[in-house]
Amino acid sequence: MMKKLIIGLFALSVNLLSNMVMAAGPSVPLMEANNDLTDQPSLQRGAKLFMNYCLGCHQMQYQRYERTFRDIGIPTEVGLEQLIFDGSKVGSHITNAITKDDAAKWFGAAPPDLTLIARVKSPDYIYTYLKSFYKDESRPFGVNNIVFPSVGMPHVLQELQGLPTPITKEVEEHGHTVTKVIATETDGTGELSVDEYDQAARDLTNFLEYVGEPSRLESEALGIKVIGFLIILFILAFMLKKEYWRDVH
Amino acid sequence: MFGKIIGWIDDRIPMTRVWNMHIAQYPAPKNFNFWYFFGSLAMLVLVNQILTGIWLTMNFVPSAEGAFASVEYIMRDVEYGWLLRYLHSTGASAFFIVVYMHMFRGMIYGSYQKPRELLWLFGMFIFLALMAEAFMGYLLPWGQMSFWGAQVIISLFGAIPVIGDDLTLWIRGDYVISGATLNRFFALHVIALPLVIVILVFLHIVALHEVGSNNPEGIEIKRKKGSVAEEDKPKFKFHEYYTNKKDIVDAIPFHPYYTVKDIVGVVGFLILFCWVVFFMPAMNGFFLEGPNFEAANPLKTPEHIFPVWYFTPFYAILRAIPDKLIGVAAMGASIVVLALLPWIDRGRVKSVRYRCGFHKWNIAGFVVTFVLLGWVGATPQTDMKTIISQICTVTYFMFFVLLFVYSKNEKTKPLPERLTK
Amino acid sequence: MSNAPVDNGRRRFLTIATSVVGGVGAAGAAVPFIASWNPSERAKSAGAPVEVDISKLEPGQLIRVEWRGKPVWVVSRTPKMLEQMKEHEGQLRDPQSQEPQQLESSTNDYRSLRPEIFLAVGICTHLGCSPGFLQGNFGEKVEGTDDGFYCPCHGSKFDMAGRVFQSVPAPLNLEIPPYTFLDDTTILVGEERGVA
Repeated sequence: MMKKLIIGLFALSVNLLSNMVMAAGPSVPLMEANNDLTDQPSLQRGAKLFMNYCLGCHQMQYQRYERTFRDIGIPTEVGLEQLIFDGSKVGSHITNAITKDDAAKWFGAAPPDLTLIARVKSPDYIYTYLKSFYKDESRPFGVNNIVFPSVGMPHVLQELQGLPTPITKEVEEHGHTVTKVIATETDGTGELSVDEYDQAARDLTNFLEYVGEPSRLESEALGIKVIGFLIILFILAFMLKKEYWRDVH
Repeated sequence: MFGKIIGWIDDRIPMTRVWNMHIAQYPAPKNFNFWYFFGSLAMLVLVNQILTGIWLTMNFVPSAEGAFASVEYIMRDVEYGWLLRYLHSTGASAFFIVVYMHMFRGMIYGSYQKPRELLWLFGMFIFLALMAEAFMGYLLPWGQMSFWGAQVIISLFGAIPVIGDDLTLWIRGDYVISGATLNRFFALHVIALPLVIVILVFLHIVALHEVGSNNPEGIEIKRKKGSVAEEDKPKFKFHEYYTNKKDIVDAIPFHPYYTVKDIVGVVGFLILFCWVVFFMPAMNGFFLEGPNFEAANPLKTPEHIFPVWYFTPFYAILRAIPDKLIGVAAMGASIVVLALLPWIDRGRVKSVRYRCGFHKWNIAGFVVTFVLLGWVGATPQTDMKTIISQICTVTYFMFFVLLFVYSKNEKTKPLPERLTK
Repeated sequence: MSNAPVDNGRRRFLTIATSVVGGVGAAGAAVPFIASWNPSERAKSAGAPVEVDISKLEPGQLIRVEWRGKPVWVVSRTPKMLEQMKEHEGQLRDPQSQEPQQLESSTNDYRSLRPEIFLAVGICTHLGCSPGFLQGNFGEKVEGTDDGFYCPCHGSKFDMAGRVFQSVPAPLNLEIPPYTFLDDTTILVGEERGVA
């Protein structure tokens, strides 16, 4: 009875806490990334997108090229040729040459390192972010973002997505009626179709999630074995206990 | 040959005697239940923390410039570094889960009551040292939560009148949390506090073995010498140290019976533990908080800062009170009052099984209070939650007040003469 | 040592089975602790092969490059050096390079891929000091040989192919690293390519 009560209370509290932590996140509902860490072609496309569009400003200063290539199935020679643009050695970290001061001058703040962005935020957040840029002439780079209002960077994937136009809605907030951007609509100027862009955003998200925790798949593969082993040991230990405790009356 | 070696050693240190006295011929009550796993589990987690901790120091760089990067170095560049780190970070939370369960066991079965007051006090000192250990360890990864969490907690000392500000400055060794703070916390976390904890654990066990374990029935297995008929004595051999002083009933030797039983508990625990370590080491942000994957930035506070989950009940008490000094004092009192349980509870019946119905409700209320406080402390403050935390702060202390009142002339159930398995 | 009145076969079997499986588990748990001492990705990256430009290397000259934190010598041997190397073979411990201190491709009279270019890890095989290059005045150490290497720590002597002389403390010839001629003036130290 006591046991059930405790377990019930525990389950309830974890549930409550999870809900509350979720509620503390961004006020805009996030789209589901549905990315798959085991999908190597997706990771490879994501890596290519990152090196081409992001690395100019954002580093992955804790992650090495060589390990990345190995994990996502890119042969070293191919990686050296197609994905390393600054002549770095294959064993070096994924960095760029921008100094912090320059970056701060151009963007107002140094672009954050993206090694761990998927762990600071979440894959869903990144996916939503990549899909939430819209045209806003009042901003320095002519764009804004639904999940990151007053975003300080340009829409670097514009040549792929085009420049989406905002869809707005009147909403009540603290007794005032304000106009809020709730979605975006393609303007058709991008190289990719809407579905293709979604996939590109998913690939990039996938790659960023991989880089956030490169040991994830290794961990799960090992975890299955460890837990399987422990279950066998548990059965043996349980039988041993039962056998000895026959003495106790 | 083997016997000869043992004999050689026994002539020089009391190896066999200690083994018999404390393990093979140590009398333990035969009716330990689920709740009695948590003592040995706490020991297991302590060993895990010490081993993985030693290994982490081999690659960790204790400096403001290098700490964050060195953790990522461990996570990415060191072979199995990620596993060592997750074992340590998950172990920290597991330690508190296990210790809270262990303390709860003591509460429901009255294990703090006479003659186990000192045992309980040593346990409370372990708990205190553990909180300090966890707090200092949390600064080391030098993430945003590390930095700002430590900033907030150290600022608590500023509430102390007169010396407060100088004290916080002295603890930090700088005007804000800095490399100096990191280095001293590192030194305390990796050597000073572990040493204190290990010594306290040793004393905790010495005290336990001197008075003997309590059990779910709350009646003693050690009886007055000569009061137990020969046929009622257990068929096992117990060490003369115990049998010379007392007659023992309903006991079994710790080894092999509780060693084999604890192995079951240990493996069961490891299954759950490894599931977290390998599949969800961040535990949805409870064990590893998202903002802590961002390097410490003294110029930017994260949107919401919370201590890690195991501190949140006490943190909620702090936040419930709008006055800084009283808030800090209340938080301190909420821990001190636990240590005073042996004297607050004036009852003579230990186990909840034989105490009055009100006691059961009081304990249930305390559990609900503790969980609610934990929830409130771990989530952003709202007006509603401030009220909840204030109510819970009152009910937290009311548990002890009520216990003090009703335990004096409590209507208890008759105690059984003997234990049943 | 057990304090249990019953001892039957089933009990003994289960005790042994649990101990063995538990022991395997303990050994498995030790793996990450042991493996974490291996060179990390950073160490491996720092120990990656290095390219050396030898276009400016003059006959008789020695240059040092760092590979895996160790000094690697690159020497351009003169015809005179190559000639003298044959003459003192009788005074060497291992003139035919029987000991595996070099790859197959360098197991020859010159201990190198090309006779005139010599590479060696500049670490004495005795206790790890780095020997000095005595150019032209090695005759004081070994009569009739003008050039060689002399270890200042314990007096070990090596010839221009890194072969150790007899009656010195060093037991083995100097180690030859794996290397590749990328072209006539560039050597990649640390990796042998193009060899099956």
